[in-house]
Amino acid sequence: MTTFDPYASSRETTEGTVFSVTGGDWDSLVSEIGESKEERIIVNMGPQHPSTHGVLRLVLELEGETVTEVRTGIGYLHTGIEKNIEFRNWTQAVTFVTRMDYLAPIFNETAYCLAVEKLLGITNDVPERASVIRVLMMELNRISSHMVALGTGALELGAMGPMFFAFREREAVLDAFEEISGLRMNMAYVRPGGVSQDLPPGMNLKLRELVKTLRKNFKDNATLLIGNTIWMKRTEGIGYLDLAGCTTLGITGPVLRSTGLPWDLRKMQPYCGYENYEFDVVTADTADVYGRFLCRMNELEQSLRIIEQAIDKLDKLEGQPVMVADKKIAWPAQLALGADGLGNSLDHIRQIMGTSMESLIHHFKLVTEGFRVPAGQAYAAVESPRGELAAHVVSDGGTRPYRVHFREPSFNNLQSISAMSEGGMVADIVGAVASIDPVMGGVDR
Amino acid sequence: MTHDQSGMFGAAGTGDTSGYGGLVRQAVSFGSTERPYGSYFDEVADDLERAYPDFSDAITRVVVDRGELTLHIKKERLAEVALILRDKLKFEMCMGVSGVHYPERTGAELVALYPLLSMTKNQRVRLEVATSELDPHIPSLVEVWAGNNWHEREVFDMFGVIFDGHPGLTRILMPDDWDGHPQRKDYPLGGIAVEYKGATTPAPSNRRSYQ
Repeated sequence: MTTFDPYASSRETTEGTVFSVTGGDWDSLVSEIGESKEERIIVNMGPQHPSTHGVLRLVLELEGETVTEVRTGIGYLHTGIEKNIEFRNWTQAVTFVTRMDYLAPIFNETAYCLAVEKLLGITNDVPERASVIRVLMMELNRISSHMVALGTGALELGAMGPMFFAFREREAVLDAFEEISGLRMNMAYVRPGGVSQDLPPGMNLKLRELVKTLRKNFKDNATLLIGNTIWMKRTEGIGYLDLAGCTTLGITGPVLRSTGLPWDLRKMQPYCGYENYEFDVVTADTADVYGRFLCRMNELEQSLRIIEQAIDKLDKLEGQPVMVADKKIAWPAQLALGADGLGNSLDHIRQIMGTSMESLIHHFKLVTEGFRVPAGQAYAAVESPRGELAAHVVSDGGTRPYRVHFREPSFNNLQSISAMSEGGMVADIVGAVASIDPVMGGVDR
Repeated sequence: MTHDQSGMFGAAGTGDTSGYGGLVRQAVSFGSTERPYGSYFDEVADDLERAYPDFSDAITRVVVDRGELTLHIKKERLAEVALILRDKLKFEMCMGVSGVHYPERTGAELVALYPLLSMTKNQRVRLEVATSELDPHIPSLVEVWAGNNWHEREVFDMFGVIFDGHPGLTRILMPDDWDGHPQRKDYPLGGIAVEYKGATTPAPSNRRSYQ
């Protein structure tokens, strides 16, 4: 083959012939490879590849179409969030951690805030209404995150319809987030001591409507995928990882539950009052891509059940505070809706500026300096859509975190891609990656 | 406080005009917690003592703080203790490794923490191992919990702790040819000063700030 193809050229190196495939012309590549006797080829998949959920690089060693080795390259989205936090005060850190796993921002915030509250010793002082709102937001977030997992997972395996439905549902949830927190993603809504603001008036009714719509709409995707012959052929028996594999690799979340073990921190080690809600832990027993898909699909209904109970509780807790009473910790801002959107309450500013010098000093100190957290370390774990998400927070007694480390389920679970894919077909890697549902923002932090 | 601090602000070199320059806050140290530890912690300690005869030699301190049990272990004994915790005490899962750098703790600057989880007994315990910056070696636990592979690579990448026996200890988040270990306290955050409407705001790590 002598014709030069700019999208699939080859060159000789000391390690053999290297073929570069950057565009679309597979024909010239195939004919070129066909001339060599070597069956074993090494393929770089990613880091810019539509089915790698962001910037994940997989180095595949193939014998024909069989995968003999998978190596994973990560770090392309490393943003140094953990280091940055050490130069911000305890409250500001919330704005950083929310950007780690960008599909599950509320979980990042909650894990971090639970750890900080543990260090402050105020876990039991967080008002009930704040905890209920956290649960409500987390379960809404679980739905929006699972919708991306299902929609993109299906798209990567060649099904386009589920993506449209999944993102329709996700939009509805994000609209609710926007109405509650002002932002669709990365809300920094959960703060040490509670949440940043109460729900807007009339939100409970809108949420009930949302639950109704979602419950109806979830059926569309279920009808499309469950039992669908093509879908089953692409997912059944693919990416197998049993309980022993999950245990030694530290894998939690839907991947673990797809092996039949009902391990869910919401049930086993409840936080934010999860023990007061009725819901079931969803499992499957196939330990494959299909099982994980079913787990996520069925968890949606459980999340809706929790949301309904949370709204009932919120009806009863109307008017209760959403932040700890201790004014040394609670962020002093009183928010109000003005002509230019949500911002500081002008009445509050007028009052502290005009009538109370002490309040003004207090406000200034808390905003510029922040509060101090007693020295020590704490570990707080929550059940995120991807498994155990935990924050290990160390304080040296100052106004800034000494060290914050996130135990990211995406980071941990992605290790299993070799165990799931080696020995299988190259096309099944895509399904296996999708079933882990890694979010590279969380993997690389 | 992990170390003594003086003054309120990070002002160094220039005169401290705040009046807080003489303020000295002393480090607190967490000594070993006395029994009873409370919760299920006594049971864990008893079981470990029974299963591991060298308990008193290998475990230097037992700290119970904020409802969490931390076992401080001599680094030479880490692999033994980990194996017993996994096989005899049913801590099947290690949730990862977290590193911390305490530059003031001479001879024990680098710390690795292992949060363990027992799904069988629904319990948690944390292992803490310290090593010196000059000899940053800690035995690898990949043989015990395979999932520690990436976590140990991350701690190596960020703190420069060398995990002996790791199957392929290379950088994982930073580029392969990177100099230094970013999460160490003597590694600067970097960043650039921002100018806005004529005023310059220094990068976060160069700002005068409350301590």
